[in-house]
Amino acid sequence: MIAYLIRRLTVSVLILLGVSFITFFLLYALPADPVRQIAGRSATAQTVENIRQQLGLDQPLLVQYWRYLTGLVQGDMGRSYLQRTDVGTLIAARLPASLLLMAGAIGCELVLGLTMGVIAALRRGTATDQALMITSFVGVSAPQFVVGLLLLYVFAVQLGWFPIGGYGTWAHLVLPSVTLGIMGSGWYSRMMRSSMVDVLRADYIRTARAKGLARHRVILRHALPNAILPVIAMIGIDIGIFMGGIVVVESVFGWPGIGQLAWQAIQRVDIPIIMGVTLVSACAIVIGNLLADLVTPLIDPRIKLR
Amino acid sequence: MKRLLTSTALIAALAAPAMAQDYTPDPDAQQGGAITITYKDDVATLDPAIGYDWQNWSMIKSIFDGLMDYVPGTTELRPGLAESYEISEDGLTYTFKLRDGVTFHNGRAMTAEDVKYSLDRVTAPETQSPGAGFFGAIEGYDAAASGEAEELSGVKVIDDRTVEITLTRPDATFLHVMALNFASVVPQEAVEAAGGDFGKEPVGTGAFKLGEWTIGQRLVFEKFEDHWREGVPYLDQITFEVGQEPIVALLRLQNGEVDVPGDGIPPAKFVEVMNDPAQAERVVEGGQLHTGYITLNTQIPPFDDVKVRQAVNMAINKDRIIQIINGRAVPANQPLPPTMPGYTEGPDGYAYDIEAARALLAEAGHEDGFETELYVMNTDPNPRIAQAIQQDLSQIGIDASIQSLAQANVIAAGGEADQAPMIWSGGMAWIADFPDPSNFYGPILGCAGAVPGGWNWSWYCNEELDAMAAEADAMADPAQAEARLGKWSDVYMKVMEDAPWVPVFNEQRYTMKSERMGGDDALYVDPVSIPVNYDYVYVTEQ
Repeated sequence: MIAYLIRRLTVSVLILLGVSFITFFLLYALPADPVRQIAGRSATAQTVENIRQQLGLDQPLLVQYWRYLTGLVQGDMGRSYLQRTDVGTLIAARLPASLLLMAGAIGCELVLGLTMGVIAALRRGTATDQALMITSFVGVSAPQFVVGLLLLYVFAVQLGWFPIGGYGTWAHLVLPSVTLGIMGSGWYSRMMRSSMVDVLRADYIRTARAKGLARHRVILRHALPNAILPVIAMIGIDIGIFMGGIVVVESVFGWPGIGQLAWQAIQRVDIPIIMGVTLVSACAIVIGNLLADLVTPLIDPRIKLR
Repeated sequence: MKRLLTSTALIAALAAPAMAQDYTPDPDAQQGGAITITYKDDVATLDPAIGYDWQNWSMIKSIFDGLMDYVPGTTELRPGLAESYEISEDGLTYTFKLRDGVTFHNGRAMTAEDVKYSLDRVTAPETQSPGAGFFGAIEGYDAAASGEAEELSGVKVIDDRTVEITLTRPDATFLHVMALNFASVVPQEAVEAAGGDFGKEPVGTGAFKLGEWTIGQRLVFEKFEDHWREGVPYLDQITFEVGQEPIVALLRLQNGEVDVPGDGIPPAKFVEVMNDPAQAERVVEGGQLHTGYITLNTQIPPFDDVKVRQAVNMAINKDRIIQIINGRAVPANQPLPPTMPGYTEGPDGYAYDIEAARALLAEAGHEDGFETELYVMNTDPNPRIAQAIQQDLSQIGIDASIQSLAQANVIAAGGEADQAPMIWSGGMAWIADFPDPSNFYGPILGCAGAVPGGWNWSWYCNEELDAMAAEADAMADPAQAEARLGKWSDVYMKVMEDAPWVPVFNEQRYTMKSERMGGDDALYVDPVSIPVNYDYVYVTEQ
């Protein structure tokens, strides 16, 4: 177990290094010159050169990358070109909102996905089952910005049940969470359904039924806990998927998280922010996957980590 | 990229340097109340030496003051922190007398030392100010900007309330420069205490002080009770909510949750809003100092031939392009917008005439047309406008392929001599920093801008016109104001003979406000403060 952990952690660090390397070179290979963005229109050639020198952007790319890395291990993610603020501070200020949104999305996935999956499994082959599975298919396929705008229009503008975008109260959390979680709900309902169908066929369920237990007791006590395990293990992997989704969802709902920060930085070629958010997302994905792998053997003792 | 608007009548300002004119307070104005303004993008910075986009420009104006200022809702200069000033006979020395009793938000009294510190700071290379270049006329600028000198030798503190600024050349635009945000007066101790984060912890002398800033969510401006201008501001508080899509902001405005959508009316909703009398009534329309144009790269054949450039000018159907943006503009025929002093009334420029364009193109030896590329920024409505241009060009046999790219990439392509034959300027177009014709020339049409990374995307360099421009700007004597504008008018008419641009349209500005917002309409299309002049608007019910 310890050896496994060490190996996984080493690989994780290598992955993050790779991500930082690729992102760094991609961003600086862009034809857009960040110094021009900082210097503005009225800058003289000399001002531009001064700024280039001060930011170290006149150095070879590898030297710049090395400087960035050495800063990074000391916890310095650099300063935003346009806001002139520490990138770490900006991300730290926005991370809680993103985490809250992800928690909301996971909640939505579990509640919607599991319920749909269980009902579909119990009503297997009926019209209910088909309707639920079609719904889940739509959930998986619908683009998030469409779902987001649709929910916003129906539930916030027309019905007025929720605030129109923004951040602050629990009511603000509902629509963005559903938008972000709806895709996962679709997956979860399908996984839950097949897992539940398998479990319902198992011998111990037949035994439980045979000894005369009530139906709801069989399902809630015996079937559900066993069927739910493989689904729970998916949550770690979800975090990676969310990292992509929050850029869209946060922009639609005006949610002040790191997705919105990234989106604004991309539009203004604010490279240190893009780098920072990319690395934080990569970390989240790596950690999420690691957690998923670590949790699996706890759930299913037949799986061993090597 | 700077989106700054300004407009009209500099003449009055130049002719009357004593500037008796000032703002007459609105008799209906009410004190108190709080309003909410929304923006899509986070506020980048409130450091007056750094902030250079249309969103933070007006916010900074409300937190800070400079020696000069504008009469609200107009482009007329008025003294700000300076009580009065004198210009020497040769136009090289400006002596500013500062107001008494001006305090910073931290309670300390402002002195002449602060003025000097602020100018030294904005020009110092460590500050990396995008506006440093505006101060190029001040003596000692080159040494300060290169880091050789610690301070500007041309800025001298005479006593606590007197500052003397010496220029190396007479500069008719200098008082406008002193009204730019970059010339705002900042307290040294607060800048140093913030340690590089002054943009997030601003301290100025302005009508509002920063109360709260929750990154990514909101900024709260609170009335500065000890502001030196009596009775200003009217509002007690302004909340800027950021991260709100314009379309969401409009919905919230209708719900009464928002007072001014800072990003304006989203193009997709424009027709709907204007056709609904209840909503249209709350829209204020005004001109802005903007010109949208197509640059023709004079270094890339066949655009090196003036006949080809003139033919392209005749081939563009400007009215149709204006229809694409729902009529939110007027057709242009010269680089200057109509509200800019120095605008030339009368000439129609190159009228839309396909036959004449074809003939001219044939004369240039391109009767079969040619292939070229049109660069355009990739956000709506620009690609649609580019398609209209493409169709117009195909009428005279020019086959232009559209390169639709992110803003930064189009700007980068324009800054290379051999990259972009044609660029549609939409989304990046020039909007004046201050209301003076010179501001439309140097960087975008002069030789100085025709350098790698420059903004003269036509790579047009006419040394004769550069000399004329320099002469015009040396005419700092207010008595010569008319003659100076005449000279600028000549410069732009000569530019159009060479046709390095196709001027297409001048955008109009539309600001929407909630029912309870009060104050003169001019405050809602204030040429200097966008979207509104925060210091002078008020609410009728709280």
